[in-house]
Amino acid sequence: MSLKYPLLAITLTSLSITSTFTLAETAEEKGRNIMIEMDKRDTGWQDMQAGMQMILRNAQGEESVREIRMKSLEQENDGDKSLTIFDEPKDVKGTAFLSFSHVDKDDDQWLYLPALGRVKRISSSNKSGPFMGSEFSYEDMGSFEIDKYSYNFIKEEPCGNLTCLVVESFPKDKKSGYTRRISWVDNSEYRMQKLDFYDRKNSLLKTLSFEGYQQYAGQFWRADKLKMQNHQNGKSTELVWSGYQFKSGLDDADFNKNALKRAR
Amino acid sequence: MSFQQPARFLTAALFSAAINTAWADIEFSGKVDLEASLFSETASHSQQKDSNLSVLIQPQWVWQDEDQNNLVQFSPMLRVDQNDSNRSHGDIRELYWIHVQNDWELRTGLRKEFWGVTEFQHLVDVINQTDQVENVSGEEKLGQPMVNLSLIRETGIWDFYLLPSFRERTFASIEGRPSYGLNVSKNATYESSDKDRHLDAAIRWSQNFDWLDLSLSAFKGTNREPVLKASLENGQAVLVPHYEQMTQFGGTAQVIEGDWLLKLELIYRDSSSTQYSAIQTGFEYTLYAIADSDIDLGLISEYGWDERGKSATSIMQNDLFGGLRFAFNDEAGTEILAGVGRDLDFDTTSFSAEASQRLNNDWKISGEMRMVEANNRADPLYSFRKDDYIKGTLSWYF
Repeated sequence: MSLKYPLLAITLTSLSITSTFTLAETAEEKGRNIMIEMDKRDTGWQDMQAGMQMILRNAQGEESVREIRMKSLEQENDGDKSLTIFDEPKDVKGTAFLSFSHVDKDDDQWLYLPALGRVKRISSSNKSGPFMGSEFSYEDMGSFEIDKYSYNFIKEEPCGNLTCLVVESFPKDKKSGYTRRISWVDNSEYRMQKLDFYDRKNSLLKTLSFEGYQQYAGQFWRADKLKMQNHQNGKSTELVWSGYQFKSGLDDADFNKNALKRAR
Repeated sequence: MSFQQPARFLTAALFSAAINTAWADIEFSGKVDLEASLFSETASHSQQKDSNLSVLIQPQWVWQDEDQNNLVQFSPMLRVDQNDSNRSHGDIRELYWIHVQNDWELRTGLRKEFWGVTEFQHLVDVINQTDQVENVSGEEKLGQPMVNLSLIRETGIWDFYLLPSFRERTFASIEGRPSYGLNVSKNATYESSDKDRHLDAAIRWSQNFDWLDLSLSAFKGTNREPVLKASLENGQAVLVPHYEQMTQFGGTAQVIEGDWLLKLELIYRDSSSTQYSAIQTGFEYTLYAIADSDIDLGLISEYGWDERGKSATSIMQNDLFGGLRFAFNDEAGTEILAGVGRDLDFDTTSFSAEASQRLNNDWKISGEMRMVEANNRADPLYSFRKDDYIKGTLSWYF
């Protein structure tokens, strides 16, 4: 979640210069600029760690819970690196997942299976599949990169006590499970408040809502709770985050195959 | 740091780690398996039964210090088997200490180290001994005593291993199924006069590029795979394992391109009785979200070749494999893996299937079946031809 290329930084500068001269921004430029601003405000966190509880609810309201820990490392010229460790369900305890995300090509991903002591390279081309049987897909769990979408500004409207900028984004990846997403970003702190997902047939599939934003390291906003509601099958998944730590000194050595093998 | 007196160095290091470190927490977990097997054909031997019950207990303790520079793990196992006295056994799968610094780590103790990439056979994977009583698949391994220094460099990960002692392969007794039909003697013979105290050494380099994972390895020491020689012991016919010394060079490559994974393992092995090359290679192609469901289907095919041909001790000397892997991506983590193998020299066909499903956070059920159709006595798989089985396992995690 950072500016991925020097080129992008130049674009940003030239765009802001342009906007001082020409007041009329196209809807596409405005949408993109809002997302660039959101991304820019969330740049410079260096590294991040947190615990996550994933609560899966089916249409009958029955629950099952997954316990997951995540570590991420910000990369200046590429997508972020991340390490995900599963604590529950107990049968997958100790399973760990290493991912190097990229802007312009498929991510590199490895899975560690503790029962066999085996590190397995896995294909990352599965974007739309469910993550751990939840309503989040792999693409929802991946890191956000500006250039993976094209944009369109729709309108400004009230959202709760805030005012939100409503931006449509169209994934460029043909393997995406979505035709478009609509984001509600508040205009005070540029935090994602709500996200609607439209499936390949362009009907509303899911809504993700963000609750309990807190600011960390004096800059970075994180929601305590994310709720994904699937409108088509009635299932929902809630992510409850805890123990956020920023800038604790993680580096590349914490994100390689050796680190993956001893993730506990 | 010196490896000349590894024992002294290790003892000192372990003590200092234990004294200087405030262990953040000790984590206890594990599982118990209840297992039932049914055999569909009349047994080859009168001592063998048509069904079997078995219990496996596998606890695990993990200690880690606060800054995660030291980790100690202890994972023993104990199995009690209804019919096979050899299968009732215990082992320390893992008892090790890992000390981590920024660009290196030292792993000391009994460990499992996996080197392979292919699905149906792991030619390059020679550090651990196979625990064959656990499963004839060869995937279950005994803990190997080792000191392993792992260096992270720009050029890749460099692993150096010293393996100070050797563990003999486990075999089912004549009452066990599947079995070789003869008891395997406990009095193994060795080429080296150091017997099971021979100091083995290995080195491995691995590196990943965008679309390619590579590794090269070399191993010098006791061959984990014994030569089984027929003999008489107290008037009874038995198979006596003979462990030779060997040098093996191995390499693996894995190419990832979209939905394709291409895999290759190759070895050159040199021992006093034989020198040969062998290859296992193939692909896995995944179809995502088949028929608009959440189910992914992986299509797997591999070929195994051994230079020794029909005289190979390996059962995969000229064998073709096909497999289907279904991942349901559901809440229960349902998975099915089915495979068929065809020996092109001996016309043997084997079929295997595995499936598993989580019941809730604590319980899981799984099933496994294996069938062998063999008519040629020269194929090592021939001895398993009457041992087709179906096995159900109920696992409780704690």
